[in-house]
This record gives sequence, C-alpha cells and structure tokens, in this order.
Amino acid sequence: MTASLKDDPTAHVDEPERQGEFGAMLKRLRTGDSGLIPVLLGLAALVIYFYVRDSIFLHPENLTNLFIQSTVFILLGMAEIWLLLLGEIDLSLGFVLAIGGALAAITTSVGWHWPWYLGFAFSLAVTSGISFITGLLVVYLRLPSFIVTLAGQIGLNGVLLAIIDKENSGGTVPDSNHVLYNLVYGNFTPLWTWIFFIAMVVVAGVFMLRAYQNRRASGLVTRSVYFTIAKIAGLAISAVVLALIFDADRSTFTVIRGMPFAIPIDIAMLLAGTFILARSKTGRYIYAIGGNKEAARRAGISVNKYRLLAFVFAGFTAGVAGLLYTSNLGGMSNAVPGGIYVLYAVAAAVIGGTSLFGGRGKMIHAVIGGMVIAVIYNGMALISVSTSVQYIVIAIVLVAAVTVDSVARRGQENQS
Amino acid sequence: MTFAPESSPADTPSHGPSSNVDSGANAVPSDALLSLRGVSKSFGPVQAIQGINLDIPAGQVTAVIGDNGAGKSTLIKTISGIWSPSSGHMYWNGKEVHIHTPRDATELGIATVYQDLALCDNLDIVQNLYLGNEPMKFGMLDEIKMELATVQTLKDLAVTTVKSVRQKVGSLSGGQRQAVAVARAVTRESKLVIMDEPTAALGVSQTAQVIGLIKTLASRGVAVIVISHNLTDVFEVADRVAVMYLGTLVSSGPVSDYDTGSAVELITTGVSSRVPSPLAPAQ
Repeated sequence: MTASLKDDPTAHVDEPERQGEFGAMLKRLRTGDSGLIPVLLGLAALVIYFYVRDSIFLHPENLTNLFIQSTVFILLGMAEIWLLLLGEIDLSLGFVLAIGGALAAITTSVGWHWPWYLGFAFSLAVTSGISFITGLLVVYLRLPSFIVTLAGQIGLNGVLLAIIDKENSGGTVPDSNHVLYNLVYGNFTPLWTWIFFIAMVVVAGVFMLRAYQNRRASGLVTRSVYFTIAKIAGLAISAVVLALIFDADRSTFTVIRGMPFAIPIDIAMLLAGTFILARSKTGRYIYAIGGNKEAARRAGISVNKYRLLAFVFAGFTAGVAGLLYTSNLGGMSNAVPGGIYVLYAVAAAVIGGTSLFGGRGKMIHAVIGGMVIAVIYNGMALISVSTSVQYIVIAIVLVAAVTVDSVARRGQENQS
Repeated sequence: MTFAPESSPADTPSHGPSSNVDSGANAVPSDALLSLRGVSKSFGPVQAIQGINLDIPAGQVTAVIGDNGAGKSTLIKTISGIWSPSSGHMYWNGKEVHIHTPRDATELGIATVYQDLALCDNLDIVQNLYLGNEPMKFGMLDEIKMELATVQTLKDLAVTTVKSVRQKVGSLSGGQRQAVAVARAVTRESKLVIMDEPTAALGVSQTAQVIGLIKTLASRGVAVIVISHNLTDVFEVADRVAVMYLGTLVSSGPVSDYDTGSAVELITTGVSSRVPSPLAPAQ
C-alpha cells in the first residue's frame, strides 16, 4: 500500500481514474466535497449578469461599497459556522450583533466618554457573554438550540429596544467616536494598501510552499507542486485585483482611495477562524463532535466544553460584526432587521458549502457565500428590482443551497 | 484503578460455581495478561454473569461465544470498565486491578472496538486514529507525524485496501472501517483489544480481511477477545474458546478441544458430551 500511496500523485482523490474527471467531479459534487469551484463560478455569473444590466456595478465605488455591505453577512456567517459545524444554529445572532454595536456606540459616545478600546472590549465581552448563556441552556439543559435562540431573537430584540430607549429617545444611538467611525470609513493609504496585499501574498506563499516541502521531505503523498503554485498565483491575482479596486479613486466629488479598515478585520477573522478549525485541537474536536458526538465522547473529548466554546466564539464574532455594522450605519437603530440578517448569515454559510447537519464547513464558506448574498443584494438594488422580488430571490438561493447540502448528505450516506 | 500490595492470587476466594478449566485451581497463571476470578455482575436481582474464571493470554485470540443473553456483552463491558463488577477479582499481569471506569481500562491498555465502531465519518483516517490523542508541534496539530504513523500502522496490520489515509472514513467499506477502528487501538499501544461482533454485517471478502487483521494483531503480541455468533469465523480465527451459557462460563480451552458440534451443544444446553474435559456448571 505504501508503494502505491507514494507513487500515485492522485491517490488523494477517490477513484478518479475509472470514472474519468467528469465522473469524479459529479461524485465530489454529490458528496459535498466539490470545493469552492461551483460557487465561485456562480458568483462570477452573477457579477457578469449585473455588469451587463448596469455597468456601474463594476465601478470601484460600487465594488468597495459591496465589500463593505458584505462584511456583515460574512462575519455573521462565520459566527454561524462555529455552530453549524456542531449541528447547532443560533437565530438570535442578528440581535447579539445589534446589542454589541449599540453598546459600542453608547459607551464611546460623548456622554459616556469611554476610550474606544474599552468600549469595544466591553461590547465584545457582552456579546460573548450572551452567547455563553445561550450555550449553557443548549449544552447543559439540553434544550434545542433552534428554540432557545428563537426565544433569544425575540428577547434580545426587547433588550436592544430597552438599551437604545434608555440612552436616546429617537430610536437610534449615533456613533460619535472617530475610531468606531473609521472602522469602515477610514482607509489605508494607497501605498499601504499595496504593502498589505503584497506582504499577505508573500507570507501565505512562504507558508504554503514550506508546508508542501515538509510533506514531501517526510515522504508523504503530495499533490503536484503546480497545485500549490496555482493556489499562490490565484491568491496573488485576487490580491492585485483587490488592491487596484481599493486604490482607484472612488469618489465623484473629492479623492477617496485606499482599502477600508474593515477589509483587514474581515481577513484577520477569517485567518483566526481557519487556523483554529484546521490546526488546533479545538477545531479538530468541533468537527468530530459535529460528525459523531458519541464517538467524540468515547475518544475522551469533553464534548460539552467544546460545544460551549463554539457558542462563545459565535458571540464574539457577531460582536465584531456589530462594530463594523455600527460604523457603517453611523450608529445603531432599534429597527435593525436582526432576524433577516441571521437568515442571510446562515444562507451565506450554506451557499459557501457549510452543511446544516454538522461536521462539514470552513470559514472561507462564509466569505464566498457572503459575497454572493451581497452581490445579489447590491446588484438588484442597482437595477431597481423591488424589495419584494429581492426577498424572493434570496429565499430561492437559500433553498437551492440547502437542497445541494441535503443531496450531498444523502450522497455521503449512500457511499458508506 | 489501584494495585493491591503483593496479592497472593492462590488465596483468591472463588465465588459462584467454579468452572475454570485452565489451571484446575484458582491460581493466577503467570502467562495470562488478564485473569478473571469469580467475577460476577448483577443488576438488582438479575444476575447477569456469575463466577467467571477466565484467563486471557497475550498474543492469542480468545473467542467468547454464547447465545443471546448468555452474558457475553456484560462480560466485556465489565472488562472495559463500563460497569464495575459486583464481586470477584481481576488480575493484570498477575497484579490485582480494579477497573471502574472506561478510563481505568484505557490506562491499563484495554481498547474496546464496539459494534458501531464509534468513528467520525466526516474525518479522515488519520484524524480518526488520533482523535483525542493528537501530537502537537509548535502549538499546532502535528499532521505529518500523525500521517506517517498512520501509514506505518496500516502497513503493520497488513491493511492494503485503503487508497489514501486522507480518505474520509465515511467513504470506506465495512471491513475498512473495522480496520480503522482496530488501527486506532494499535495506535494507542493497547495490550488487550476487545472486539464485539467484528464480522457481523460484513461480506465474505471483508470478513476474510477482518480475520486476517485479527490474526496480525495477535501475532504482534496483543491479546484479543472476540465476541462472535459466527462459529465458522470463530474456528478460523480463535486460539482459545470460552463458552457462556446463562451468565456462567461453562467451558473454556484451546480451540483444538472443540468442534462445531460440541460448540453448538455448549451454547444451547451448557453441556457437551464431546468436549474432552467438560465442566458442567455446578448446580
């Protein structure tokens, strides 16, 4: 076996030769291992469609706006993925986000005068704490997370109304702190934008090549080196495109150039989440619990501890989303559609390829899925489609993604 | 789990009907890895197993056979620490041990491969083998170390049908899954591997695979206990046979002392005229 293992460069793929490339691709699609290619193709198709309908769509101003719009779906999607991996869900995260954002705006306001870092830390602690309590109810009282967080959605909406009402009678709390404002509206200089992207590609490239070398040096099966090079090249091309978009002047009246601070925050959350899931015991155990809770328990894993931890991660991530959302809105309103946002977040995760049934998913799925949602959202507003149609289209996309997920799950069951 | 100070096994009191055929007396043979003396387990008024005297030698396959409800499962669950015995003694390498939790058993080196295998379908073979036991390097999972060791373990067990150790376990056949579960026990350097119905629900060629696997395991010096209904498999794989009937051990000895006929008689009636030294339960 080792001989065939070492010599056959395609040994990682399930029986690709006999079925041919196309058959292998169909099989991967059926079992949910198709990777990001299909959804990226779908995203490209959407972009082309909206560009053809209205060329403004690909204007740097609109694209930057689209990236900012997508951050709330992306970050909330990442928060949801922590729980979806365990086969849980949190429907209250939209209002966790809103409470986090409102608290950040209030504590850093002129009246309270907290420094921004204290205000941010406080609101992240509160959002993590809310999800911790949700987690306690789900993990230790063994209540279904769907019901607990459905109640949470209503209850936390009430809490949000109370917080905003106590602070301000107008139904909104304005953001009067320049750091909070700058999360979305502050930019890197064009030069630093380039430096950021070049440094990222170089560091990622070095890590990927070293990982490849380490595997090779240990005599393990490796994909062709061109696979790694292709991945680095793909990363470099996206980095250059992003840098060009952000560095183009996107204002009609004055000059606005450079990457908004929100983007590196997104990237940092993506990297941190991906690292925990792929390289740490915590991540490995979250996948194991989502795959087979009983097997994880028998392997000596403290299942409850990791389930609770995932809730806290979700609350923290929702808090970060809340900071960016508040920055974008210039404050927090008591009319924030938290219930809809959480559905968009789940849709983003599932469209990207994360399973609703637990055990399968990655943080990058929230990024791709969040972009899909933002493109539909932004593009349809651009071509003046009514809100009613927008809702219906997004619902159809979500149902389609869940169908793919469900078919993939059946495919896996039939396989074993 | 505690060790009794210099226990003198010869003084071990015997409980219930004496049915030990290994050494004639209740002495603990020095060559047995695990010895049970008078082990009983009752659930309230129900006596699930009583007075079990059994020796499990290293490097051999001991098949425990018996009808449904004969107490086979209770016996292995007692050994693997899921239930602690109501009375009786257990000796590990001649020293008395008390196994009360699965962790106690794991620390001794006892691994149990349950019928449902307890694998995570969404993880690959390497990840399943090291689940809960991952080596770390620079604060990260040491994937290379795990993968190399997995390839070696599967090679040692002569598992040749697996294409890649990075395959998801959900995509494996029943026999391959069984192999992964056994490899997991080997990875943890277990000295005693208990397998519950390892060939149930497997096809002919996969059964042959698993039987080969069990033999390889024993040849590496591991003691193996196999619970099985399938007498054909038992006679193919076992070095020793232990027959249970209504909660007691009615007969045990080298496999050469038995044939299918006498085994069936023992399973169904508890006695056989054809076993050389039959020992009926003293009732």
